[in-house]
Amino acid sequence: MKVCIVGCGAIGSLFAAHLAQVDDVEVWAYDVVAPRVDAINRDGLKLIGEADITGRVRATTDAAELPACDFGIVATKSMYTRSAIEASAHAFADGAVASVQNGVGNEEVIAEHVERVIRGTTFPAGHVTEPGIVHMDTRGDTWLGPFEPRPASMDAVTQLAEAITAGGMNTKALPDARGAQWTKLIFNAATNPLGALTRLTHGRLCELPETRRLITQLVDEGKAVAAALGITLDSDPDELVDHAAKVAYEHRASMLQDVLAERATEVDALNGGIVRFGEEQGVPTPMNQAIAALIKGLERSWQQPR
Amino acid sequence: MPAELRRVCVIGAGAIGSLLAAHLSRVSETWVLTRRPQHAEQLNQEGLQVSGKHEFVGRVQATADASELPDFDLGIIAVKANDLEPVGLRLAGLAPQATMMTIQNGLGAEAVIARHGDWPLISSVTFMSGTRRSDVHVEYELDTATWLGPWAGTKTDQASVDAVAGLINASGLNAEAMDDLVPAQWSKLIFNSAINSVSALTELPHVAAFVDEDEASSLGHAVRALIDEGKAVAAAAGIKLYEDPWDMNAFAVKRGETARSDYAHLPSMLEDVLARRPTEVEFIAGALHREADRLGVPVPVTAAAHQLIRGKEASWRSEVKT
Repeated sequence: MKVCIVGCGAIGSLFAAHLAQVDDVEVWAYDVVAPRVDAINRDGLKLIGEADITGRVRATTDAAELPACDFGIVATKSMYTRSAIEASAHAFADGAVASVQNGVGNEEVIAEHVERVIRGTTFPAGHVTEPGIVHMDTRGDTWLGPFEPRPASMDAVTQLAEAITAGGMNTKALPDARGAQWTKLIFNAATNPLGALTRLTHGRLCELPETRRLITQLVDEGKAVAAALGITLDSDPDELVDHAAKVAYEHRASMLQDVLAERATEVDALNGGIVRFGEEQGVPTPMNQAIAALIKGLERSWQQPR
Repeated sequence: MPAELRRVCVIGAGAIGSLLAAHLSRVSETWVLTRRPQHAEQLNQEGLQVSGKHEFVGRVQATADASELPDFDLGIIAVKANDLEPVGLRLAGLAPQATMMTIQNGLGAEAVIARHGDWPLISSVTFMSGTRRSDVHVEYELDTATWLGPWAGTKTDQASVDAVAGLINASGLNAEAMDDLVPAQWSKLIFNSAINSVSALTELPHVAAFVDEDEASSLGHAVRALIDEGKAVAAAAGIKLYEDPWDMNAFAVKRGETARSDYAHLPSMLEDVLARRPTEVEFIAGALHREADRLGVPVPVTAAAHQLIRGKEASWRSEVKT
């Protein structure tokens, strides 16, 4: 089996290195960062922290070098989905492509370029420490399911899930993976931007009654959109918020990390996604819209002369 | 009420207080009450320089000790809203014949001062702007008007409002006396609630993005939502606005961009955020939020802005702690 990781940052590297542990899986990685690609080809892809493995991965910055693959796993930040899949789609002419990205809307973009698409949600987290080395911060499950408008077969979904699980990352194949995806989406959209706007850690955000109430307002809008889409959530995102306050009090949301580093955020795939699906379903999402606009304004402030 | 405004005291020498004190010193004896003694000392020695729209050095008498102030006819309270309470305590018992004027952003300044004395109060809102270059130098940027009106809570008579407006105009600044300031005060409250809140949260100065509604996530939508909520509160309170706050937003942005492409006004709340000082949110979005709750008007975006700014202030406290 040939698998190509599209976007070999922290999350892509977790999948690549684990899959490379499986005997009959050949792992490729397509990434635009040349020093990263060179390090992976020279030294292998190394995971530290919650994992301690090195995987042999063939990496390239030139998508034309990719062979025909059975599976693609897109793990770029959501704003790069389009350019990444446009460049690499030829490798998946006979294969299936999964998204394990944040937010919603990535599968729709992938489906514009490939025939068979897998909806995915993943909970493990990590960060790149240096080219070719990724620290795995937390372990967790991954859910895969056919993307309804252009689905991969359930057999293909199961095959990929089994390979990833065999590599050491627990992955479940589901006929409907929307519940997992929307649970994570609603959680992230309600917590990430508030952390980014206030600069508070997750625990502090939950401790202040005023900001905790705002989280619930955002969660409720997300739940209403999910309900209109006929999606049954895996769990109550509001309860996940309280759980996370206990186990990840000092955690700075990834969007806060982006803001502190003045990197573009994934707000379009999070709150922006809830707003778009809400509009389609006729469900008002004024809070998500206002919060998305504030984050876009914050991103814009970095271009301001100072 | 004073027949003549011979002696004026400006309380607080930030940008607005400095502009007022320097200009008024040209037409009346002008005292300045500062918080820091060395600030007062330097003002006494060097005077107060104005540059920008006007160029001159005003001669003022300054002190940081309120008990050193002679009786004055007009007090202009130009401190930040958060400092009103301590300033009220310092002024209590002083200048019983004076008229006092508040010039803070937002709502509620008059009521704080009224707790500390029986002075007739004048409400005002100002659209002029300046930047403090040092303790003794202020740049006069926007020469827009200051509007004055009697505060209903003390039955201030119109003649004294007219006199104060006349004095400010004679000093070279622009003032307009109104018989009811509430419509203008609320127009500016709603404008500030939207512009200062969005600026504090995005750290953007007041630029063209504040009127951009091109895309679903464009910033103008958040500004529009805040302004619409503010207008709904005003309507429920029976207040007819003097100006549409959205038009004020569009006008201010246009003026900034055409004057100089990289010029953009830094709303005072953004200055506070960048300096990690407590903001005036409780007198602006917070005041509007409370009025809305009192009147039963839903203002979810205003409430969110209020709470997020409180959260942002809390993040500085947690940094100090660690």
